[in-house]
Amino acid sequence: MIGFRTLLYKELLRFWKVGFQTVAAPVLTSLLYLLIFSHVLEGHATVNGIHYTAFLIPGLVMMSVLQNAFSNSSSSLIQAKVMGSVVFVLLPPFSYVEFYLAYMLAAMLRGLMVGVGVLAVTGWFAPLSAAAPLWIVVFAVIGGAIMGSLGMIAGIWADKFDQLAGFQNFLIVPLTMLSGVFYSIHSLPGFWQKLSHFNPLFYMIDGFRFGFFGVSDVAPLTSLIVASACFLTVATATLYMLRSGYKLRY
Amino acid sequence: MGVAVSVQQVVKCFGGLRALDGVSLNITEGEFFGLLGPNGAGKTTLISCLAGLVRATSGSLSVMGHDVAADYRASRRLLGVVPQELVFDPFFTVRETLQIQSGYFGIRDNGAWIDEILENLDLTAKANTNMRRLSGGMKRRVLVAQALVHKPPVIVLDEPTAGVDVELRQGLWSFIRRLNQEGHTIILTTHYLEEAETLCDRIAMLKQGKVVALDTTRNLLSRYAGHALILRLDNGTPLPGDLCARAVYTDGEWVVRLGGLDEIEPILAQLRLAGCRVLDLRLVQADLEDVFVSLMQGNVATPSGGLAS
Repeated sequence: MIGFRTLLYKELLRFWKVGFQTVAAPVLTSLLYLLIFSHVLEGHATVNGIHYTAFLIPGLVMMSVLQNAFSNSSSSLIQAKVMGSVVFVLLPPFSYVEFYLAYMLAAMLRGLMVGVGVLAVTGWFAPLSAAAPLWIVVFAVIGGAIMGSLGMIAGIWADKFDQLAGFQNFLIVPLTMLSGVFYSIHSLPGFWQKLSHFNPLFYMIDGFRFGFFGVSDVAPLTSLIVASACFLTVATATLYMLRSGYKLRY
Repeated sequence: MGVAVSVQQVVKCFGGLRALDGVSLNITEGEFFGLLGPNGAGKTTLISCLAGLVRATSGSLSVMGHDVAADYRASRRLLGVVPQELVFDPFFTVRETLQIQSGYFGIRDNGAWIDEILENLDLTAKANTNMRRLSGGMKRRVLVAQALVHKPPVIVLDEPTAGVDVELRQGLWSFIRRLNQEGHTIILTTHYLEEAETLCDRIAMLKQGKVVALDTTRNLLSRYAGHALILRLDNGTPLPGDLCARAVYTDGEWVVRLGGLDEIEPILAQLRLAGCRVLDLRLVQADLEDVFVSLMQGNVATPSGGLAS
């Protein structure tokens, strides 16, 4: 257990040492999104009877959780691989489950930390309630775990920084931007509404938002089932990659 | 003494390349073992197989009786590896790096041993410096320190003195020697053959993924090299016929390989009889470099002027 705890601690220390870049910067980015979108749309739009700014805040919080969880594990692994320092975590006697849990939990915790930060700075702009707080926590944790695992997959798969950037820019960013952070999918034309249902991140954001307002585009239980299935899929895939030594142990 | 490291019929293929081609060797506990060979011979691949960084295509490896695949947690705990590449984690100080590395191996409160390693590697003054700010030589020392934090019974040093100044090299070797005397098994790869000759009890030489020599350093030197007589004769004087046939002429000197030291007197007598005027005469003993070169060229060594005896 000491080995696992040390690896988790090292992963936490890694991002905390550059906290300005890994925590403060994404909080600022989310604040800018809020200021711009709420300035343009507040008073012009309500979503499911909720003021636009209030609707936007949980979406931004969850988007930050998801993106930062992904960034943490993926950048940690690609940096270690490119710089060669990955040997320091490959030589010790970690089991692949310990290795997975340490990277995934650190990524999730960074995501949650940034999420709390975003909530703290944006929560002042609109009255927020917590209709079902347990859902808030459950979706934030599962979302962070999914994206932390996906970040591991991307970090292990990528050989170069630009491959990882491609994964992030062409897959993760579009999926988060088109997941209903900025709008309700009910406002979309039929085709795009249907397509959104194939985006797993939509369920995480919708379920997370349900925790605040008690209303959502789909039933929260459905979102939970989809999110849990996603987690099981990416966790299994990551564990399989680690066990086989894919791109880590040749 | 038990077997510290066992390598049995190990083959490693990277695509069509057989980086290791049926390597077998045993290293006894407490040995100072040298692994030599030219670039691409498979030394680092073999070490990587032992450390679990590379998975052998076939064959088996074990550390202190623990199979590196089936019982990898035990085998990795017993092994300390200094990698060849100068790698570091830029987020941490030297002390943090060593504390983290200790934790990875399940050791808490390792401060006293970390202090001792830092002292022995002359790193105490840099303990709280970030890794990024260290010179190349200092980073190399930290790599050595990282391999030692968990006091592994088997220590592998993959070219630890590449790019390191003389002072550190000597300090490093006296520290490693001490660890060896305390019972640690040391496996060393190096391009500095005089280091291997001085330090290693036994040596394996690899060529194109195969072991081409495996013996004690002393036996290798005597079997493959031995002595030679180097003669410089007065201008134009030829060597007597049968002597000429067994000698090699290079750079104005004749090199006559000796089967034993008792051949010297008959050779001198032959030269006297033939009326040869000897301007210079040296007796040389081949060093490991001669052995290495001759083995890599696949022929018998000819001493080219190493240690005078």
